Amino acid sequence: MFPKGMPRNAGWWALLMPAFLLLTVFYVAPILQVLSISFTEPELGFGNYERILTNRSVQRTLMTTGRIAGITTVLALLLGYAVAYSVTMASERARRWWILCVLVPLWISVLVRAFAWVTLLRRQGLINDALMGAGVIQEPLELVWNEFGIIVGMVHYMVPYAVLPMLSTMREIDPRLMTAARGMGASRWVVFSRVFLPLSLPGVVAAAVLVFIFSLGFYVTPAILGGGKTLMVAEWISVQILDLIRWGFGTMMATVLVVTILVTLGGFSRVVNMRKLFGGGG
Amino acid sequence: MTLELHGLAKSYGGFVAVEGADLKVGRGTFLTLLGPSGSGKTTILSMIAGFTEPTSGQIFLDGREVTQEPPEKRQFGMVFQGYALFPHMTVAENVAFPLRVRGMAKAEREEKVKGALDLVQLSRFADRLPKQLSGGQQQRVALARALVFEPALLLLDEPLSALDKKLRAELQEELRALHRRIGRTFINVTHDQEEAMSLSDSVAILNHGRIIQLGAPEALYEQPRTRFVADFLGKSNFLPGTVREVTQGALGVQVGALRIRQAAGAAKAPLGASVLLSLRPEKIQVLEEGEAADNVLEARVVSWSYLGAGYSIIVDTALGPLRLAMSAWRAPFHPAEGAAIRLGWSAEAATIVEDDDVS
Repeated sequence: MFPKGMPRNAGWWALLMPAFLLLTVFYVAPILQVLSISFTEPELGFGNYERILTNRSVQRTLMTTGRIAGITTVLALLLGYAVAYSVTMASERARRWWILCVLVPLWISVLVRAFAWVTLLRRQGLINDALMGAGVIQEPLELVWNEFGIIVGMVHYMVPYAVLPMLSTMREIDPRLMTAARGMGASRWVVFSRVFLPLSLPGVVAAAVLVFIFSLGFYVTPAILGGGKTLMVAEWISVQILDLIRWGFGTMMATVLVVTILVTLGGFSRVVNMRKLFGGGG
Repeated sequence: MTLELHGLAKSYGGFVAVEGADLKVGRGTFLTLLGPSGSGKTTILSMIAGFTEPTSGQIFLDGREVTQEPPEKRQFGMVFQGYALFPHMTVAENVAFPLRVRGMAKAEREEKVKGALDLVQLSRFADRLPKQLSGGQQQRVALARALVFEPALLLLDEPLSALDKKLRAELQEELRALHRRIGRTFINVTHDQEEAMSLSDSVAILNHGRIIQLGAPEALYEQPRTRFVADFLGKSNFLPGTVREVTQGALGVQVGALRIRQAAGAAKAPLGASVLLSLRPEKIQVLEEGEAADNVLEARVVSWSYLGAGYSIIVDTALGPLRLAMSAWRAPFHPAEGAAIRLGWSAEAATIVEDDDVS
């Protein structure tokens, strides 16, 4: 369309340049510099990375992180799907309140929420007190400072992040499709499983990736609710660098985290084309 | 399948969407519910389908009451407004859906799907996704999907409204041919009077939630019961007058300064009654020099437009402005603004209608 193409595009590039430079100079470059430490300290080479294969602590941390992130993702998706579905089916008025209820937790500091969970879950916390008072249990349950506590806190934090992408996909689904399916003789369950669920899958995939990536690098919630006993990658890195001053070892793990996230995103970008294939709901 | 509605009504809070609809549709009839938006036609269709619960009244299919049955039990086919094709399924999967939910075996299902796609000439597109098809093709898929399980009753909710004019005309032909071929009961909802007239055996005209008149298209056009029907179905001139003379089968109606000779028809119009005459534009003739007619009126052309097959002309007369339609082929005169002409119409041309235009 444009004979020489470039002059017109060059204008857009010029607009992008300031943001691009800012990101490169103050964000990407420092990160790369820090990550490169993993190849240079304590000595040049892949020594730090060898320890993924040999060091039990590294392996355990990676396993724990993967497991917690995985469980968190599954639970947040299940709860989030139910919420998003209810919001989609609700009346216009009710929907506004629902969305507000989903968003409010996002505005409360993650630190406050983590400590709130400690108050609820600890040995003399509200839940244990109530259960013991009701005579359901004799000894307080170990609800916090372990994986269970971390998962509770993280799922709570992640549900809104799971709801929002799923909700936007669900709201694009033409409600007439469900009516049509019922008119064609489908029961409510068949309408859901054959029409609604497949059409909402792009949102589920997007939510899964978002929550999983977020969970992998989570720091505050696991640090508080894990009580230092269950270490996830982010806390492990902080311990290596701040407490043990082992920069090379710590940044190696950081590199592993960054690569994992990029690979997940890369895989996702292939799946996300499916959404275009389906055309969302229309 | 015969369908009967007894006093079917629906109101939302204080708003009455449908007011006691009574209707009987015989087997194999093509019935159209015609009305402007908000007339309740879609609500009636939705109640027949079972998507909307009536406030009162009953629905019978083949003598069996289905008022309380959920839609999936009623066994009708339906073409939805905007088609409602499943975007994640291919054309064949879309058409197979009603069979699949009925638990039909795969081999039989595939055969039926093929048959349905053949019926609408879309077999070549079986593996495409709906969004890869044109609007007209999507419409045909929707039709195939509605007919594939051979329902005795097919409901059509504004099936052609999303298509452009030419395609709409084409699909009207196809829909009518299809109805003749398979001989099932079709119930169509539309606001397009041309579509209603060209497709249907029977038309129910609705306004403000009430069925105003039910009948064959010709009967509705020729004998509109009310002003609304005459106005909605085609165009008409309305002449309010008073009956001044009643003789054998004929009336003398005083409209302004003119005494109009009018056949009495079925209308009961005693001496002194106020009546409204509906006079179709094409039933007014332009008289030649010395030609006579039951009613004659001097007129002056105000404006005119050429429509190919004919002219649409607005004239000014002693009775106010009138609209007339004149065939362009062998037209008695060439329209020109300001031209003086003589109009004439027979005593049978106009119809006495009830004035229901409250607005």
